[in-house]
Amino acid sequence: MTLLCRMLNLRVTYHRQASAALDLSALDITAGERLAVIGESGSGKTTLARALAGLLPETARCEGEIRWTSEMPPQPGRDLGFVFQDPSSSLNPVLTVGEQVAEGARQHLNLSWSQAFRHARDLVASVGIPDPDSALNAYPHQFSGGQRQRLAIAAALSARPSILVADEITSALDMVVQAQLVALLDELVRQAAMTLIFVTHDIALASGLADRLVILKDGRLVECGATAQVLERPQSDYTRALIASHRTLSSRSLLPGSAA
Amino acid sequence: MRLVRLIFGTTEGAVGAVLLSLLVFIALFAPVLSPGDPLDIAGPPLLHPFSMARLPLGTDSLGRDVLAGIIHGTRTSLTVGLAAAFAAIAVGVCVGLAAGFSGGLVDEALMRVVDAFQILPGFLLALALVSVAGASLPVVVLAIALGAWAAPARLMRAQVLSIRERDYVAAARVTGMHPLEIAVKEILPNALPPVLTLAAVIVAAAILTESALSFLGLGDPNIVTWGTMIAEGRNVLRSAPFLSVLPGLALVVTVITVYLVGEGVTQALAEGKAGQVDRQGPTA
Amino acid sequence: MTAALRLIRRRLATSIPVLLIVIVLTFVLLEFSSGDAVDAYLVSIGGGDPAVAANLRHAYGLDQSHLARLWLYLSSLARLDLGWSVAFERPVADLIVERLPNTLLLMGSATALAFGLGTSFGIVAGARPESATDRVISTVSLILYAIPGFWLGLVLNIVFAVKLRWLPSAGLETIASGRTGWARMLDIAMHLALPVGTLAAIYMALFMRVMRASMAEVWRLDFVTFARAKGLSHRRIVLRHVARNALLPLVTMLGLQSAAMLGGSVVIESIFAIPGFGRLAQEAVTQRDTPLLLGIILTSAVLVIVVNLLLDLVYALLDPRLQPSDRSA
Repeated sequence: MTLLCRMLNLRVTYHRQASAALDLSALDITAGERLAVIGESGSGKTTLARALAGLLPETARCEGEIRWTSEMPPQPGRDLGFVFQDPSSSLNPVLTVGEQVAEGARQHLNLSWSQAFRHARDLVASVGIPDPDSALNAYPHQFSGGQRQRLAIAAALSARPSILVADEITSALDMVVQAQLVALLDELVRQAAMTLIFVTHDIALASGLADRLVILKDGRLVECGATAQVLERPQSDYTRALIASHRTLSSRSLLPGSAA
Repeated sequence: MRLVRLIFGTTEGAVGAVLLSLLVFIALFAPVLSPGDPLDIAGPPLLHPFSMARLPLGTDSLGRDVLAGIIHGTRTSLTVGLAAAFAAIAVGVCVGLAAGFSGGLVDEALMRVVDAFQILPGFLLALALVSVAGASLPVVVLAIALGAWAAPARLMRAQVLSIRERDYVAAARVTGMHPLEIAVKEILPNALPPVLTLAAVIVAAAILTESALSFLGLGDPNIVTWGTMIAEGRNVLRSAPFLSVLPGLALVVTVITVYLVGEGVTQALAEGKAGQVDRQGPTA
Repeated sequence: MTAALRLIRRRLATSIPVLLIVIVLTFVLLEFSSGDAVDAYLVSIGGGDPAVAANLRHAYGLDQSHLARLWLYLSSLARLDLGWSVAFERPVADLIVERLPNTLLLMGSATALAFGLGTSFGIVAGARPESATDRVISTVSLILYAIPGFWLGLVLNIVFAVKLRWLPSAGLETIASGRTGWARMLDIAMHLALPVGTLAAIYMALFMRVMRASMAEVWRLDFVTFARAKGLSHRRIVLRHVARNALLPLVTMLGLQSAAMLGGSVVIESIFAIPGFGRLAQEAVTQRDTPLLLGIILTSAVLVIVVNLLLDLVYALLDPRLQPSDRSA
């Protein structure tokens, strides 16, 4: 149970904003764990993800520190893979999928292009894309949203990083596709024994995947703990509200005058 | 106005605005700064610059004052530039609005006309018009405007089409706003900014086209223009190159000024919009 | 291949009505000219009486009604007959065919040079926006953009042809030199160096600015952040991701600018005495030669349409979203 990184008094304020987007007193991340960062819009969860990956805009003001056990922050691509929310804009429309999946491996693993393409083929197959050979020569617009997200994951994992940050990667997709994607993540992360940081607003989705939950509200850490513990014995009112507001088919109807 | 403040906020806008004010001042007060007719003979011919105090930029092959020519030429260039751009944008905005709103056959027909004016080389069209209607200032303005109105028309139509589909227009329609009212109150203010940035390009192009026409001898022969000065200087290019070089420099400075102001406006508009986005902040 | 044919068909379908509008427009324009070619001709021979003028007009069909003349013109156009040039006393079509290749050579070289250099500089400037390199390149492009083509031509002419005598100052080639093959090509190249250089400098400014602006736009797109998140080298991101996408609007712009560039050739050919298409237009204006000017304008319109069509195909080649895809998503 080695420590991967420790965040201390991390405060991030965006350009020309009055209040901080993220104000974290302390948070540890263990190597190999699956951490879900949960919150609503404006909670700071994306800011946290980007701060970890070093993807904050240059104009953002950062105070406090992120202390990495490996002394150096993880290198994008090689040590840390990042997947974004919008599958329709993550991939370059004019380059083939094969090139976009292979380029990470070529850059960081020192492979030749033919080696990198073979590696890409295996990756594309492992994320569940049918007919991977022809997929390599296809372009992003030829795939569905769910498939594009899978390809984005493949591209992010191309250089075999040990950390994967998934920033609301299911939020733009349909429910069935969401479930499939989460299952895929589960398998990939387990096979490669990666650390997963899964950002989402859907506490139910997160609870199926993560070991530990971190709840953010207005940039501040509200609750943090093992998944089962947080769900059964939430310590904060906000967490309770989040859990309660999660609606399933068995929830009570909101319409007045209807049964059950 | 907030826009003016934003423009001065950018380096380009500030420098451009200052230079433009200077040029407008020179243009407006030309008769005061340089009294008399610039086409009058002021001294001995082919006098070099800085050789006589009262004729600081020398004289041309007929003995006319070069500085007077440049000062009065400012009027022509700015007048033609602004007038042609104004006409082009006015016509373009109307046609673009009409096409964007009508849709269907009217839109198609109007767009074919716009296409026709876009594939016709503007300069050749200007040549044709000048040869038909004679070389006078209004004709030159009209000729340049005819070549330039197609771009704002196309841009305006594209803006109308995209804004028409936006939610706040749908909201206005649902509340029963009259289509003309929607056009003026909702669509026009949002469609105009990109067209305004195009305005700077049109003014600059108009100034350059007018000078090219005068250079070829197709401008108004009764007034001083920088183009005619350059053309006349061509005959004595070896011995007195300053006669062509100086008006050319004036042209370059004027056009750069117009572009700087245009850049300032573009950046100011972008800042204005970015400010709005920043206030919301990135979600989560 | 079918996608290309579809594109061509679509472009042709819109081009034909546009061409008709151009024909009617120019015809109307020139019908209203106060003096026609016969007047100009009579002036050039020192005057003539009205009977002679009337006979000439009848001979050239200049005295019929507007609509009849339009119909006559349209039918002769269908036979690729562009009329008779009164000033040169030759068929207009012959004149155009004779002069056009020179202009195409001039403009083609200038455009190729300007595009290559302009996009390269634009990429270098756009690689690191707001950097010192970017500012220098932007300033240079602004100055170049503001320089009138004819003035630059004059200045370059003075410096290189007159003062330094490195290059010839006028004409397309040395007259009656009897050179052939490579020697002739070199001679023409020397003569075209200054005009091509002038035009290229002017066009280049536009490409630089548009490429830089286009790259600035593309930098903001999500897939560029994704590429950075993958830890790719700056060079790869700039070239393969940003520039490759930024190139697309440039191709469209090239089409839009082709008409303006044709116009620009007029003054340059005039300054450097190149016997080309543009200079022919100027001569047509000064000699009030209506059929010739009309023929030139029509040919320009057709040229621009053809260029735009070719660029459409290039754009489709560059943007895979426009190509037919048979992969079931």
